Amino acid sequence: MSIFEAQKLVKLFGGLAAVNLVSFKVEKGEIFGLIGPNGSGKTTIFNLINNYYPLTSGDIFFNGKSIKGLKTHTICHLGIARTFQVVKPLARMTVLENVTASAFCRVNTIKEAQKLAYEAIEFCGLEHYKDQKAKGLPIGLRKRLEITRAVATQPELILLDETAAGLNPKELNQAIELIKEINRRGITIIIVEHIMKVIMSISNRILAINYGRPIAEGTPEEVSRNPEVIKAYLGEEYA
Amino acid sequence: MKKPIKGLGSIIILILAGVLPLVVNHDYYQHLMILALIWVVIGSSWNLLAGYTGQVSFGHAAFFGIGAYTAGILYTKLSLSPWWGMVLGGFSAVILGFLIGYLCFRLRGPYFALATLASGEILRLIANNWSDFTEGMVGILIMQTFVSKLPYYYLIFFIAAACIFVIYLVMNSKWGYYFVSVREDQDAAASLGINTTLYKNVSLMISSFFTGTAGAFYMNYMGFIDPSVVFSLHNISIQAILVGIIGGVATLWGPAIGAIVMVGIQELFRTAVFGLAPKWVSQGHALAFGLLVVLTILYLSNGLVGDWPKIKKILFRKTVQEK
Amino acid sequence: MATIARILILAGVILIGLPYALVGIGMAMGTMGINDLFQMTQTIVIGVLIGGLYALIGIGMTLIMGVMGIINLAHGQILMTSMYVTFVSFKYLGLDPYVSILITMPSLFLVALFIGRYLLDPLIGRESILPENQVLMTVGIGLCLTEIMRFIFTSNYQSVRTSYANKAYYIGSVSFNYPLTIAFFIALMLTVGLFLFLMKTDIGRAIRATAQDKEAATLMGIPQRKITFSTYALGSALDAAAGSLLLPVYYLFPDLGGPFTLKAFVITILGGLGSTVGAILGGLTLGVYESLGATFISMGYKDAVGMVIFLLVLTFMPGGLKRVTKI
Repeated sequence: MSIFEAQKLVKLFGGLAAVNLVSFKVEKGEIFGLIGPNGSGKTTIFNLINNYYPLTSGDIFFNGKSIKGLKTHTICHLGIARTFQVVKPLARMTVLENVTASAFCRVNTIKEAQKLAYEAIEFCGLEHYKDQKAKGLPIGLRKRLEITRAVATQPELILLDETAAGLNPKELNQAIELIKEINRRGITIIIVEHIMKVIMSISNRILAINYGRPIAEGTPEEVSRNPEVIKAYLGEEYA
Repeated sequence: MKKPIKGLGSIIILILAGVLPLVVNHDYYQHLMILALIWVVIGSSWNLLAGYTGQVSFGHAAFFGIGAYTAGILYTKLSLSPWWGMVLGGFSAVILGFLIGYLCFRLRGPYFALATLASGEILRLIANNWSDFTEGMVGILIMQTFVSKLPYYYLIFFIAAACIFVIYLVMNSKWGYYFVSVREDQDAAASLGINTTLYKNVSLMISSFFTGTAGAFYMNYMGFIDPSVVFSLHNISIQAILVGIIGGVATLWGPAIGAIVMVGIQELFRTAVFGLAPKWVSQGHALAFGLLVVLTILYLSNGLVGDWPKIKKILFRKTVQEK
Repeated sequence: MATIARILILAGVILIGLPYALVGIGMAMGTMGINDLFQMTQTIVIGVLIGGLYALIGIGMTLIMGVMGIINLAHGQILMTSMYVTFVSFKYLGLDPYVSILITMPSLFLVALFIGRYLLDPLIGRESILPENQVLMTVGIGLCLTEIMRFIFTSNYQSVRTSYANKAYYIGSVSFNYPLTIAFFIALMLTVGLFLFLMKTDIGRAIRATAQDKEAATLMGIPQRKITFSTYALGSALDAAAGSLLLPVYYLFPDLGGPFTLKAFVITILGGLGSTVGAILGGLTLGVYESLGATFISMGYKDAVGMVIFLLVLTFMPGGLKRVTKI
């Protein structure tokens, strides 16, 4: 049984199908990539998974059980964490407080939550910044804070939404290392990315979508050679 | 976010406040102190919901009023002592809170504020017009149990201390983290496993409970209530917000300071600085308060407690210059 | 064209259709008679006339809300201040209230400009825990205005009796109260003037642009801050005009502001935030249904009508009538 399965997801906004019959399975311990040009529906799929938007039709299975229609916070408790493309730090709280708040997902006392928070912060390399207010952090560290918060909820599956956008090359390499490290700990990852370097180098398998529809699925090499994918990104002449 | 309560300081404050009415054994001043303590409760309760949880209520009069009327109606309809209202007032406010929360929490920002404002007003109109049940505009009159103000003082003192203590406990727990997370970013909070609706309601429950209890106390202490007093938009709901702002939202002692400042300034002006200033000053007590609000928002947006570092700097700078 | 048709049909249904339907039901149930049918026409007429005034107040508030994104809780107090200015002009200068508009509009425009520039503008973008800082500032301003007026005029009720106060114009058996009718037409002219201003002038277009998308407007070279507090002044000026129009038919006292602010935002919520057409419809609706409430239920419940409308809109149609009229 795959840890995660999306079945024929459809999301309509008025008459527009932002997501149109997307299906895929993710195996435990995988890094599964989701690519597509701007506006293809990648972030919408994430928003459907943790019920930020309700599904128009289709179903979603986590560890064999349907999570369709469950409230967002319940989905987090079940073990799916996510980061946001446009980062959402809890601005007036410090880094430590941000991560402690997410650690409360699993424990109930401040002491325990802070312990979990410290672990997550060290794991993600944010110790130096733990007492800084989140709103004062530069974008690279804010993105890392998103990931740290997600990790602190002790998830089985993390949805990473464009965690590499806006990072300089050094930050990019650090981000890739962090994602690989998280995966080595046994956490399954579904990652939405624009930056080819990131997604090609770390994904086990990739699903390419365009205009809300799936156009190719397979290993990074297979997908990058697929003419439909090339057409979607670069235009007809290159296919 | 939460500085550890300076334990010793708080105990000193409590002792001082506890001894105060025995020292200042004058009815008039004791009345002011009681009034201030009522506002400590209302302001702190409002602050829990608005300052800490980010749900800015413009209708807290609804809870105050329903607490007051619970006490009053128990007397007029069931011939029970209004003191029963002290026990039940808080609970009726909580029940009302669930209703208001259900209607209003689906809204955000200015819509939520307006919805709570409307809730308070609707209750006032109901109290005004449902004369059979509430005695309408005539109001409810009871015989006060005690002649001396001391028992009343210690009762409201106990309520205020309990209120602040509960808020302290809550804010230094998981709930506190959750409340502030909801305030900062509701959507992010949900993704972190926080049941935002639940925690908004928990915050509202605590807030409405204490406000309702204060209302019931008011009935027992003042002996007279009517809809325009206890459900008043300007004198209760908005006053609660202003107390919070002047003292400092999202601080533990802010609303308490704000309450004392508010009652103090209003009295100062109403009595024309106890008779020392010209007569017309007394007419301007509400205006003085209005100006205070405007100036506080402009220059001390985190209130007296929240902006204390800023205030200290200005004062400190003056002393250095004097040298 | 389709939009205008849609708006007119909606207006017809709400202002005329629904009330008559209610009478029809009443008659079918036997609780109402033919007299009530005549009463209804008169009631609707009164409601529409005062609704015109309400619409003016509502437009002012929705303009401010659309551009500044804040609820102007001093709106009722601006109205009240304008009424006092009108009162003084009448008592000491002998000026007819409707002529006083020439005084109240510019003077309160300037006062509001001052408020916008020195009290509200500094708060934009200011970091604070409560995002409602500007709204609370308007509360403080409203409080100050009320107390200043109380200081000068005391809490006594004042009123103005013009020579034509009791005259009425008759169409059939329906009476059109003179002061209200004149007020309605002036309000109508001001509203038309406003529309022309918003549609045809550069500043008007700048205001509409800022209301739609602040950032884009700034990128187009529109001085956002100036437009913002100018709109506050403009909205307040319309409010001031409404005050002058209202004085002949209402009692004046310092605490008048609160209930009118409430009415203003009920109208705004009903019409849809930022929609001027919505505010017009909303104002007329509130006027008609308050009138219905006063005639058929009781005077005491008049204010309740606004609250009920508010609850209904919030529960069933949170976007307001704007959703249906689509402007």
